[in-house]
Amino acid sequence: MADQEDDIVLSELNDEELVQQMHDDLYDGLADEVVEGTQILLDRGWTPYDTLTKALVEGMRIVGIDFRDGILFVPEVLMAANSMKAGMGVLRPLLVETGAPKMGKMVIGTVKGDIHDIGKNLVGMMMEGAGFEVVDLGINIDVDTYLKALEEHQPDILGMSALLTTTMPYMKVVIDTMVEKGIRNDYVVLVGGAPLNEAFADNIGADAYCRDAAIAVETAKDWMSRRQGSALAAT
Amino acid sequence: MRPLLIIACGALAREVGWVVDANGLDGVDLTCLPADLHNRPQHIPEEMRRKIDANQNKYERIVALYADCGTGGLLDELLAEKGVERIGGAHCYAFYAGDQTFEEMHEDELGTFYLTDYLVRFFDRLIISGLGLDRHPELLDVYFGNYKRLTYLAQTDDAALQAQARAAADKLGLEYRYHFTGYGGLGDFIVAQAEKGTTDGANDHRILA
Repeated sequence: MADQEDDIVLSELNDEELVQQMHDDLYDGLADEVVEGTQILLDRGWTPYDTLTKALVEGMRIVGIDFRDGILFVPEVLMAANSMKAGMGVLRPLLVETGAPKMGKMVIGTVKGDIHDIGKNLVGMMMEGAGFEVVDLGINIDVDTYLKALEEHQPDILGMSALLTTTMPYMKVVIDTMVEKGIRNDYVVLVGGAPLNEAFADNIGADAYCRDAAIAVETAKDWMSRRQGSALAAT
Repeated sequence: MRPLLIIACGALAREVGWVVDANGLDGVDLTCLPADLHNRPQHIPEEMRRKIDANQNKYERIVALYADCGTGGLLDELLAEKGVERIGGAHCYAFYAGDQTFEEMHEDELGTFYLTDYLVRFFDRLIISGLGLDRHPELLDVYFGNYKRLTYLAQTDDAALQAQARAAADKLGLEYRYHFTGYGGLGDFIVAQAEKGTTDGANDHRILA
């Protein structure tokens, strides 16, 4: 009986309380509750974009801070991410229909020889939450596949991920090939993964090293403003 | 001053002790950094620095029993600064199995999860509990969805450990493989280092805190 009394009925919360509860549910990795909250907001007339940014992205931002501060650990972050993903599953088709703002497009993949994708998937999800269109190539991606994807999708950003010291040098292979083909400056290149650091990113000719998904989003947005600024200045 | 200090990952402590004892290596002391730094490799260089600084006036030589271990070369920078040699290789799987053998295994199946004796012994704590799989079994696919195989790189020929490793593979839903490495490069490195510079020290070795 105590549990039933403690159960929160999401539909009985006002908007502000519901959004706060969704932040808490996302933090606790409660995917079903996040989906329910998402639907309630939409039913109340919230735009998909506002639902995404104020309920889901903001909730995940809090998760990211606590992870960085050592309060949350990888399993909790993954559960929270699964919850956000579940909410985004509801919103995705609606965001397209309602013409939500688009920040840019990113092609992302884990490099050849490497099958780790947890970080990459988090980046992809957060970038989508921030309004980027994300083309995820998957894992073990060789240079030809990256280049074909760049040509096909014409993104603004190429993202590369590696979790092994032995595979991260392949990022230089990709960048050097882009230089050879004269296309390096057509794209912003962001790199990330546990063994990477800023010095490595500088050495291989990437535009930036992104320590985590939140930094990847901020870095991507920053680069997009710079590019837009340059484009405007050129006109 | 004592002749030689090995600063090792805690996951290697038992094996180092065995090699030192089995070879009767005099004057070799061991101190360890926590094995769970493997989950936070960016902290390995700073912890290694602290350990070296705390001991450099007590030993004629210090060596590191760490591979790159996901530090992306930063550990090597620190060791070069401090003049401390380390065992070669990207990780312990490579120095146990040998670079060539490991490379062949890696090429054969990229999606291989490797266990050593230490990881088999502490599998439930480090992997099941450490990754939160006991609390959130639904994360199994998130962590291991891209893996197909679990290979146990065995330092000892131990039927109980083999059974545990096989059980670990079953828990993760992976094909099980077994490869005996013995002490491999770890044993060779320790013996070579001991032979390089041990003096007439006491006939004991000590494991320090």
